[in-house]
Amino acid sequence: MIKYICDVIIRETRMKSVFPSRNNGSMRKLIRKLDELSSRDSIKYLVYASSILFFFAFILLPPIIGILENISQVETILHEPNLLARANAAIIQSFFMAFIIATLDLVAALPLAWFIVRSRIELAHIIDTMVDIPFLIPTAALGYSTLLFWGRPDGISRIFGVESLVPEGFLLVFLLHFSFSYPVIVRVMVGELLNYKEVYEIAARTLGAQPLTAVRTITLPLLKPGIIASFLLAFARSLSETGATVMVAGQWENGPVFLFRVIDMVGLPEHLKSSVLVYVSSILIFTSTILFFLISLLAPKFRFPIRRVFPSIERRLSSSKIIRFRNGLTLLVFLLVVLSPSLFIALPMIGALIDGTLGEALVGSGPWGEFWRSMTISYAIGSLSTIVNIIFGLPAAIVIARRKLGGATPIFKALISIPIIVPSIALGVSLRLFWGRYYFLHEFWILLFSHTTITYTYFVESMAAAMESIPLEIEEVASTLGAKPLTIFREITLPLTKYSMFSGAVLVFTRALGETGAAKAVARTKEFWTTPILLVNWIKDGKITGSQKALSVGLYIILSFIILLALRLLTRRRK
Amino acid sequence: MPLIELVNVTKRYGNVTAIKNLSLKMNDGEYICVLGPTGSGKTTLLKLIAGIVKPDSGEIYIDGRLVNDVPPQERNVAYVPQYYALFPHMSVIDNVAFGPLSRGFSREEAYKVSMQMLEMTKLAWRANSFPHELSGGMQQRLALARGLASGAKILLLDEPLGALDARLRVELRYKLRGIAKKNKLTTIHVTHDQEEAMVVADRIVVLRNGEIQQEGPPSQVYNEPKSIFVAHFVGGANFLEGFVAEVDQYGSWIQLRNGFLLRVNDVNRVVGERIVVMVREEKVEVIKGARRREEINLFPGAVSEVSFLGDFVSYSITLDNGDKVSSRMPSVFGLKRFGIGERVYVRLKPENLRVYPYPPQGLYKELEVI
Repeated sequence: MIKYICDVIIRETRMKSVFPSRNNGSMRKLIRKLDELSSRDSIKYLVYASSILFFFAFILLPPIIGILENISQVETILHEPNLLARANAAIIQSFFMAFIIATLDLVAALPLAWFIVRSRIELAHIIDTMVDIPFLIPTAALGYSTLLFWGRPDGISRIFGVESLVPEGFLLVFLLHFSFSYPVIVRVMVGELLNYKEVYEIAARTLGAQPLTAVRTITLPLLKPGIIASFLLAFARSLSETGATVMVAGQWENGPVFLFRVIDMVGLPEHLKSSVLVYVSSILIFTSTILFFLISLLAPKFRFPIRRVFPSIERRLSSSKIIRFRNGLTLLVFLLVVLSPSLFIALPMIGALIDGTLGEALVGSGPWGEFWRSMTISYAIGSLSTIVNIIFGLPAAIVIARRKLGGATPIFKALISIPIIVPSIALGVSLRLFWGRYYFLHEFWILLFSHTTITYTYFVESMAAAMESIPLEIEEVASTLGAKPLTIFREITLPLTKYSMFSGAVLVFTRALGETGAAKAVARTKEFWTTPILLVNWIKDGKITGSQKALSVGLYIILSFIILLALRLLTRRRK
Repeated sequence: MPLIELVNVTKRYGNVTAIKNLSLKMNDGEYICVLGPTGSGKTTLLKLIAGIVKPDSGEIYIDGRLVNDVPPQERNVAYVPQYYALFPHMSVIDNVAFGPLSRGFSREEAYKVSMQMLEMTKLAWRANSFPHELSGGMQQRLALARGLASGAKILLLDEPLGALDARLRVELRYKLRGIAKKNKLTTIHVTHDQEEAMVVADRIVVLRNGEIQQEGPPSQVYNEPKSIFVAHFVGGANFLEGFVAEVDQYGSWIQLRNGFLLRVNDVNRVVGERIVVMVREEKVEVIKGARRREEINLFPGAVSEVSFLGDFVSYSITLDNGDKVSSRMPSVFGLKRFGIGERVYVRLKPENLRVYPYPPQGLYKELEVI
């Protein structure tokens, strides 16, 4: 009987794939050998040390050294008062825009997250799916879509009978940044609300608190870490965005737009251009880093006003009429300001599909040759930076999750977050300065290094968070059962975190694919333009027709979606 | 030769010393219960033996071999943590087969052994289920089966019954001991439940602040506690403070509060010494009236609390000198029960009293179990 059950189980069990079969001799030997090696402390330390070394040598130090080595060039711009004033104004605008975007997005997105989590209606599920759309569309494509929706006669302006309802400039940049930062806050807050134990709120209600009072005095203070995290993410996203902002900025400029324009500026002496780039990049990098650490340290000390309760006002504000109004307004903002501008590109794209532009694109005639070349470079850079990040990011995630550096682990973790909190074009400028001095390095490699730097944090942080969620005891028990460190990683840690690994990889890939700022700063020759840079140039280029612009953006979006879909299916099949 | 031996082992976590200079021997096939309050170092002791943490100083021997630097996978121990750490992504059979497969068994052998273990723990019928589909008791048995299937000779159980309800806990503790004994395993069972330790252990080790307070067979630890802490932690006890008034060749007279005199059989005391007298709750006799008023160790008082515990009735009595004592008396049918406020006498037989020097940090501090 036992033998029969064993046979059935051996035949059916998934363990077959987990532990290599005896027949698969060479593979088994290799895994055994690697398992043995992983037990040696020296090998373990070597793996961890190499991942830490990689972080310092390729991620953290190159931009710092790049800037510090060239800091003396800053003096040149100090003798150019007009340029200096313009640079300072652009830097101030960067932080000003990021601050109002993060604040208003939080105010607008929190009610939608609430609606998604707490509503029992089917619409909430549909909204939950739709909220990711602006996040998945590459920002350069989103920029063009927003421009067409708000700023061109065929968009919403047609309803009002005007040429451009929102002309290029501050307001259009605001609407653009609002729409691409909005999903970040909704996603983080939905996660926080799902993890939140509603029992606290229920207890408050049974003690006589109005729904609004319970939310204000109990729920929001408990959600404070999530609120701070989503504020910082939206702040960073607004501060860093370059390509789409350039498309809609008009005369207005912030730090990244100014850097973008300086790189393209014809007639500006090279030494002055270099001085401007170093000046603006260094201020953006150091100010944003200091600001982020200050907000991270000081924001938790901020207290929600919970001591005072206003029963009659809060009772009125908790009425179902007010809640319906709030939900309606929230959905209106989401549909009108976030979703519609993101999807508007579909209309001109459909036109481009039937007017013959698609045929030209597919055969690569005219400007389409350089479009497909840029796509190839973008996908190659995206794939390679994902692979490099997985190889070197996994051990770094273990170092963080399992506190391998002891008391120094939080410092290592904080340093790892730096690449996502500084504007990517400033990071690109500093990386160009560092890697550019190695003349033997091909431009492609510098492009790869810069994309790896910008995306590194996404992978390491998502993997570290996933590993931290696995109780250490599970790994400890596996080791007492005879499993070597590599076996534990293969059979326990990885299967339990594989969804996060794929998510992290997808994040890295999409971020690398959509990156404009760093790519612009690094790729100096047209041959190495990635798709986002090409699109920004095409949108500004009078020779490219409207159909060509729409189709190029549409193809870029569609191919990104196909890759994401393929990765998602792959993840599901392997689950 | 003892199977496991710890010699002067110390383990620190930052400024906190979890285990202090601890020495302990465990024999082959022995079932040991490590008993102690939260934070006493019980789990650290298990982790040291399992190799999950390394000692800062001292030596650990398994089968005569120094294992300080031997990784967990080579120690041949099965560690079962409090919440079992079952692998959530593996089925029941995969969980059990993980150990044998990791130790290099062929798949056929591994699954055969695993099925035998599941048969033994009555889980074979749930072989293809996942851990979250099992009840608490089943999960506990699965954790045990997984530990046993790895072929370990040493079983380390960290509060193995802590996550179960009271009735299941009582039922499973006997099975646990039975399985360990049947498989001739050396078992170290960590618990803070003294009743559980009494029932299953061959030997009890009482741990406090990383140090062994006492070790020995359950009856010895219960009846002859070496310290006030052990007396308090293992079983219910009363503590009366006093001074030694007189010492003779048969015992001593202890002066309690307000002039009450207590006779004890301890002759090794010094007149004037400050002491604490301990008496187990079940050794405190409560009677309605004294037969002979001149009888020694008979103290008047009044009942202040009564609790019916099913097989026992617990009384709290405030003596006329202000001291409080608790008594547990069998709840025998027909036996008269006392009511709150009723005047009674408390009889304390000298042979049931143990005397300890007054602790330097005070009695209250000594009785702390946190």
